[in-house]
Amino acid sequence: MMNILISGVGGQGTILASRVLGKYALLCGMDCKISEIHGMSQRGGSVTTHLRMGEKIYSPVVWEGGADMIIAFETLEAARVKHYLKADGILLVNEEKILPMPCITGAAKYPEDIREKLLADCKGAKFVNAKEIAKQAGSEKTTNIVMLGGICKLYGFDKAVMEEAVVSCVPEKFKQLNLTAFRMGYEQV
Amino acid sequence: MKELILTNHAIARGAYEAGVKVLSAYPGTPSTEIAESFVKYDGVYAEWAPNEKVALEVAIGASIAGARAMACMKHVGLNVAADPLFTAAYTGVNGGLVIVVADDPGMHSSQNEQDTRLYGKSAHVPVLEPSNAQEAKDFVKLAFDISEDFDTPVILRETTRVAHSHGVVELCERTERENRPYADNSKKYVMMPANAIGRHIAVEERENAFADFVNGMAINRAEYTNENEIGVVCGGVVYEYVKEALPQANVYKIGTPYPVPVKAIGEFAKKVKKLYVIEELEPFVEETLKANGIACVGKELFSVQGELSVAKIRQAFFGGEIPAAESVPVRPPVMCAGCPHRGVFYVFNKLGLTVNGDIGCYTLGAVAPLSALHTCICMGASVGTAHGFKKATDGKGKNVAVIGDSTFLHSGVTGLINAVYNQSGITLVILDNSTTGMTGHQQHPATGKNLKGEVAPVVLLDELVKACGVKDLQIVDAYDVVAVEKAVKAATANDEVSVIIAQRPCALLDKKLKKPAVTVRDCKNCGKCMKLGCPAISRGEKGIVIDTAQCVGCEVCAQVCPFKCIQKENA
Repeated sequence: MMNILISGVGGQGTILASRVLGKYALLCGMDCKISEIHGMSQRGGSVTTHLRMGEKIYSPVVWEGGADMIIAFETLEAARVKHYLKADGILLVNEEKILPMPCITGAAKYPEDIREKLLADCKGAKFVNAKEIAKQAGSEKTTNIVMLGGICKLYGFDKAVMEEAVVSCVPEKFKQLNLTAFRMGYEQV
Repeated sequence: MKELILTNHAIARGAYEAGVKVLSAYPGTPSTEIAESFVKYDGVYAEWAPNEKVALEVAIGASIAGARAMACMKHVGLNVAADPLFTAAYTGVNGGLVIVVADDPGMHSSQNEQDTRLYGKSAHVPVLEPSNAQEAKDFVKLAFDISEDFDTPVILRETTRVAHSHGVVELCERTERENRPYADNSKKYVMMPANAIGRHIAVEERENAFADFVNGMAINRAEYTNENEIGVVCGGVVYEYVKEALPQANVYKIGTPYPVPVKAIGEFAKKVKKLYVIEELEPFVEETLKANGIACVGKELFSVQGELSVAKIRQAFFGGEIPAAESVPVRPPVMCAGCPHRGVFYVFNKLGLTVNGDIGCYTLGAVAPLSALHTCICMGASVGTAHGFKKATDGKGKNVAVIGDSTFLHSGVTGLINAVYNQSGITLVILDNSTTGMTGHQQHPATGKNLKGEVAPVVLLDELVKACGVKDLQIVDAYDVVAVEKAVKAATANDEVSVIIAQRPCALLDKKLKKPAVTVRDCKNCGKCMKLGCPAISRGEKGIVIDTAQCVGCEVCAQVCPFKCIQKENA
């Protein structure tokens, strides 16, 4: 059984990432459930998608201390959901920092030592500049697929099957771009 | 064929397979995707109604005419539709009638945590509740059979964690159905006292019969593990949590929270060590069991507030700490960069007005730094609350009402008629962004398109406002902060009911809008533009910085800057 959390900021493309992982589960013949939150929080708020795959899945939601891996699209969002990670879990963080409104207005401060703390607290933590890799692959918009390439390698998902899942979840004309992004993510993480 | 799909899509699929012909809905998280998905099937009719009451009335009419019909809404939408619901329970149906209601424990996107199961009991209408996407599809089909077999509307209740989860679902073919024959039957369909008295007898007989029937239904089932173990009664997503958290427990899975299968649970209770009821929100099943003399433990262990989870259930039974989140700055939702509501709330704040707000993206006007929304009750309430506020303050209250275009048509217009008729002299600002924004951009009667995306007749907001008897109507560009301020000042200065329509399409929709980002020169760091709460503006070391990736060039900040340091690019 695999418990996965995908966290980010509304509008960062966490939904597509969960679609690809869900497709992967189906291609492997596994049961799968995904839980996501729509509506108000999508307007620039924190968003977390829960994804579970295995022989038989009951809860669509991962529990605190139960995640095998967390894919965080933003650094502060990684810290926000870190307590969901198992002691030996993998935490892949996109280095990007997006200021939340309280930090923009000065009511709160974006923690400066956040990266060091995450690395100290989670032995499975790894940072990657996925946005930069995505740019090199051809488009910033493939940041989510770069992250999937990275997690595919770190966790040891079947690469060929994951590539098939990526291809089946993106429009025809973007297939090559996303495959490139996936492979660059896989190589560079 | 098996597919991994959203539960709301599975509900639409279930309706399609069940031969539903007519569906009417009003958008509301977490129910919106049902209608959006259903309309894509061939050979069906689906629409956005202006509100949930109309949606249910449409479905009732279709049912009486003989078709299978469905109405979909979020939990608070059922308050709006409660009037037809309670009497549809008396008329019963012709074609099957199912009302899908999505509750939101934890209030991810709602103003309260009401529990729809209580409506079932109060209206004498059966309630079915699935635990996952596959069940949701199956339960829809079952709900239609029950509706026709027992001559009753049926509520299908889901919660956010079910509605917005994906699961693997087996897809089947549609069963085409001829309309059931319609025949005039005023004793059944004309609910005036003489007929309703007779129908109330029918309602009670039906309810008693169904309350017996549920004990033998397959969707209410006992899953035994070991007689030395506890027994847990649960349903909906909580069943999934219990299976995960307490794998050793005997479980009684409830598919019909109303009526509760009391006899079957009584039998189950005899075969387990101790009986627990685990349910989110109200102790609905628990109180029913206790009232029937079945001893159980429920809300002694769990809160009536918020969602349950695997971790909370484990903790209640086994103790221990749930790993806690680290304290980091919150990331609340915000109005998007270029949101046309921003400048209007900036003006409200600047003028020190008390703002009676409403339900939509603009409810975010309450949040700092705009901090310019002071009441928010329910859909359409802005206008009525502003009227009451004015009356209570003898017309001296410095308050204005603010409402979106979709919400105004939903239930704001009746409040406006009241304000004109009863002469409170309120000012109402309609934020017309030409869409239903918060729920993800749905059409409504003033957008010129229908649910299918086809061109539709347009209800003209300005003409509608005038037809309500409003004499003082101003139409402004929501991006023109100076014009908005002038309009609000003029409207609040007079004693008559004034309406300002602030127009600008939602920034996420208006692809023509994306103009060059504004640029900053010689910033004096006065912080005035920071009061807009625009996510594209942040403070750098030498003054403010514009995130050009987010900025859509609305230039509201350029108008607010007292030193003209923010300008159009190349200006």
